[in-house]
Amino acid sequence: MIKLISVAALIAAMAFPACAQVQVQVDDAWVRATVPQQKSTGAFMRLTAHGDARVVSISSPAAAVTEIHEMKMENDIMKMRAVQALDLPAGQAVELKPGGYHVMLINLKAQVKEGDMVPLTLVVEGKDGKRETLEVHATAKPLNQPQGQAMQHQQGHMPKH
Amino acid sequence: MSSVVRGVLAMVLIALLSACSPPEPPRFNSADMTGVEYGNGFRMLDGDGRERTLEEFQGKVVMMFFGFLQCPDVCPTALSRGVAVRELLGADADKLQMLFITVDPERDTPEALKSYVQRFDPSFIGLRDTVERTAEIAKSFNVFYAKVPTGDSYTMDHTATSFVFDPDGRLRLAVAHNLPPDLIAADVKTLLATTR
Repeated sequence: MIKLISVAALIAAMAFPACAQVQVQVDDAWVRATVPQQKSTGAFMRLTAHGDARVVSISSPAAAVTEIHEMKMENDIMKMRAVQALDLPAGQAVELKPGGYHVMLINLKAQVKEGDMVPLTLVVEGKDGKRETLEVHATAKPLNQPQGQAMQHQQGHMPKH
Repeated sequence: MSSVVRGVLAMVLIALLSACSPPEPPRFNSADMTGVEYGNGFRMLDGDGRERTLEEFQGKVVMMFFGFLQCPDVCPTALSRGVAVRELLGADADKLQMLFITVDPERDTPEALKSYVQRFDPSFIGLRDTVERTAEIAKSFNVFYAKVPTGDSYTMDHTATSFVFDPDGRLRLAVAHNLPPDLIAADVKTLLATTR
């Protein structure tokens, strides 16, 4: 019996580092619903890595192309650009939200309706180069999801006009 | 001179002085564009293919935004902000007309444009025209837009400023993309109160 417990403890000890490797927490993943014929939309979430990491790719069966985009304002002109990787500094929550980063779902295979679950696969690379895959389910919120909070929050980051 | 007469004289003097000094121009939270002649002779097609002009919105404040449907961030935010401004206007909500002009007429079909803007508010109007006319209209507002390839598709860079016209159809304000709804609602109220 004692032997059995110690074996169990050993297994648990061996399993634990594997668990600890799940180093990125994903919260509040959502995607903006679309109208018919609308070919792309954005997904948003909050990512917190336990150790320094970066998101190196995102894919989704819902879209032909999935990219991480950064929205920037330059002279009142909105620009969106794909980023190759998204850095996740240890312990810091990185928000993908309107006014900053978002996941761009391009050439959607179908209309995204409110309440739909859109699967996203994130590949995250740790400092040691080890990669892991995260499966995320983003809930579709209404197209007109108000961004009151996000808008107020982004005030602090935006240049004054 | 009796104090009553003196008092009356003083009141007359104050009345005369205030009549002489020009009325204080209204102050706005948005950039004041009064006198700037953008978008003269504006006309564009709506989702039903009808031609729309600014004249038909006489008596209303018009807020105009240039964007596109595949835009996940600043465009839905601008339209949601329009909804919030209308709510803040209370009984005067219908005195604000939102116009959404697509800078991506190649992808944004009239039907998609119409259903998109009406998801925000049934009163919102989406406007669209040919590629050439869209370029002319944007230029008449000094609005910039450009296609930027991404993946096997493209996105658009575009000016994120909203333009506001007073109830007489004159351009009055340029609203920054991040100006909060309460400050815009205050500006709309000022325009409604000071025009005519």
